[in-house]
Amino acid sequence: MPATLTEKILARAAGRDSVSPGEMITVSVDLAMAHDSSGPRRWKARLEALGVGLWDPERVVIVSDHYVPAVDADSAAILKLTREFARDYGVKNFFDMKGICHVILPEHGFARPGLFIAGGDSHSTNAGAFGCYAAGFGATDMTAIVATGETWTVVPETVRVEITGALTQGVAAKDVMLALCRDLGMGNHFKAIEYGGAAVRAMDMEQRTVFANMAAELGGETGIVEPDETTLAHIRAHGGQVEDAALTRWRSDPGCAYARTHTLDASALEPQIAAPHSPANAAPVSAHEGVAIDQAYIGACVGAKLSDLHMAAAVLKGRTVADSTRLLVAPASAKVTEAAAKDGTLAILTQAGAVMLPSGCGACAGLGAGLLAEGEVCLSSTNRNFQGRMGHKDAAVYLGSPYAVAAGAVAGRIADPRPYLAKNREAA
Amino acid sequence: MSRREGRAWVFGDRIDTDLLAPGYAMKKGPEALAKHTLEAVDPDFAATVKPGDMVVAGDDFGIGSSREQAAISLKTLGVSAVIAKSFARIFYRNAINIGLPAVQLDPDGEISAGDQLSLDLEAGRLENRTTGHAFAVTPMPAHLMAMIEAGGLMAHLKARFQSSNSGSAP
Repeated sequence: MPATLTEKILARAAGRDSVSPGEMITVSVDLAMAHDSSGPRRWKARLEALGVGLWDPERVVIVSDHYVPAVDADSAAILKLTREFARDYGVKNFFDMKGICHVILPEHGFARPGLFIAGGDSHSTNAGAFGCYAAGFGATDMTAIVATGETWTVVPETVRVEITGALTQGVAAKDVMLALCRDLGMGNHFKAIEYGGAAVRAMDMEQRTVFANMAAELGGETGIVEPDETTLAHIRAHGGQVEDAALTRWRSDPGCAYARTHTLDASALEPQIAAPHSPANAAPVSAHEGVAIDQAYIGACVGAKLSDLHMAAAVLKGRTVADSTRLLVAPASAKVTEAAAKDGTLAILTQAGAVMLPSGCGACAGLGAGLLAEGEVCLSSTNRNFQGRMGHKDAAVYLGSPYAVAAGAVAGRIADPRPYLAKNREAA
Repeated sequence: MSRREGRAWVFGDRIDTDLLAPGYAMKKGPEALAKHTLEAVDPDFAATVKPGDMVVAGDDFGIGSSREQAAISLKTLGVSAVIAKSFARIFYRNAINIGLPAVQLDPDGEISAGDQLSLDLEAGRLENRTTGHAFAVTPMPAHLMAMIEAGGLMAHLKARFQSSNSGSAP
């Protein structure tokens, strides 16, 4: 029977020749990842109650990214507990204030085709861009996983999303994703979302992770992209081992059964903005043009990688942030900051007036610096704009691409980023 | 044990994890965090919900974060079940894992705020005692029901480790 990529991975993880959607299976976990909010803080007492340690400390990755750096004694205590847990339980793959967990995994070659990755965070789907099954789990599920190396799942049906054509200037993967949230809705629960097509193939791995990451906003169990040469080159350049055979083994078979196929033409797509309080409230930027913004935020796993900062810099070069607003930038990892300092991107951002924040989940998750007051409006490159998430419950958060956020910062209001890019190109 | 009685609290679609467990309060322990449950949509909920009461909602209940506190807060307040048209996957697993029944059912306008509900998970029946309307509920798979009755996944794991003695403490 022709199988989807997700079915092939689940069959391997279950030690079976094949599996079918709807079957409940027990699987071996290849890698377990968690952060300071969902991990040791929630595992320690439970593991002690069970009287067991980690099933395999080599296969556990812990990243402190939510409460970093500590803003009070409570968050400091959470970070301290996380450090001590990593030491006491022998977790060598511990990243303390090095960046956001979903960006850390590919930076170290942990995400590879064919793996079953369980993450203690809903955006753990991010790793699926590398052709693995990657899904989010809550703390009790994760405790069971790190104690036993196993979990159960119901084999999901796969939704295939075909992104044809080529993105035009000023339009990014984020715009595609916001349009998909609108078109497919947020109710694709217990489904795998597989992305492909010419526009996906043309993208680098950073942009592909936007699709896998925001599978969570579609309600998807996992988001996945079939590996190609770009995937393998990225893994090898980041210290990961992968065989060429992965390209033929880890792909969906011709004629496999999809729950549905959805096609989106990238060539025809305009920049998108999602209005409060849902990513599914996406519309072309023209629908919201002119909405005054108090804050522009470039941050999060989905919106502050090096390529995202490059997009912002392409708009901000030689310009300044409007007096009526503020631009906050939290690079997704220490490596992103280092690379952006080296290639001159940081200088462009700070000369424009950007305020740099620590790498971490921070304002996106309502935890760190950069939160909103009652009645304030924020335009953000993050993945979620749920009510109250970034501060006061009566603040309004609009979502857009890094291009759109940078253009909004310069204009002081929601604006189409494309004219800014055209002018910068003429000047160059 | 599988029978639950209480008043209905009715909410709409997309009750997300930030509404159930607001990020700014996530540093707090379960009792303190639970006081903020659903405050953005109903400021009186946490203070007035009574043990046994049930939350009734529309589509995509629990969408968003993996934070288990979204389910724990409801259980801490005494909510005996969540009944929704559809659930986000991680919330659904979390609820079952901590012993909070999550029942997929379209209330279809037949449940109003304050109605007295009676839920029998084993028999697969939900009754609105205020209106007399009864719903058939898909019975929960036996092993998940057993997990709920045992108090959730931790109790299940304890039994597993006691019998196998695998793993080792640091």
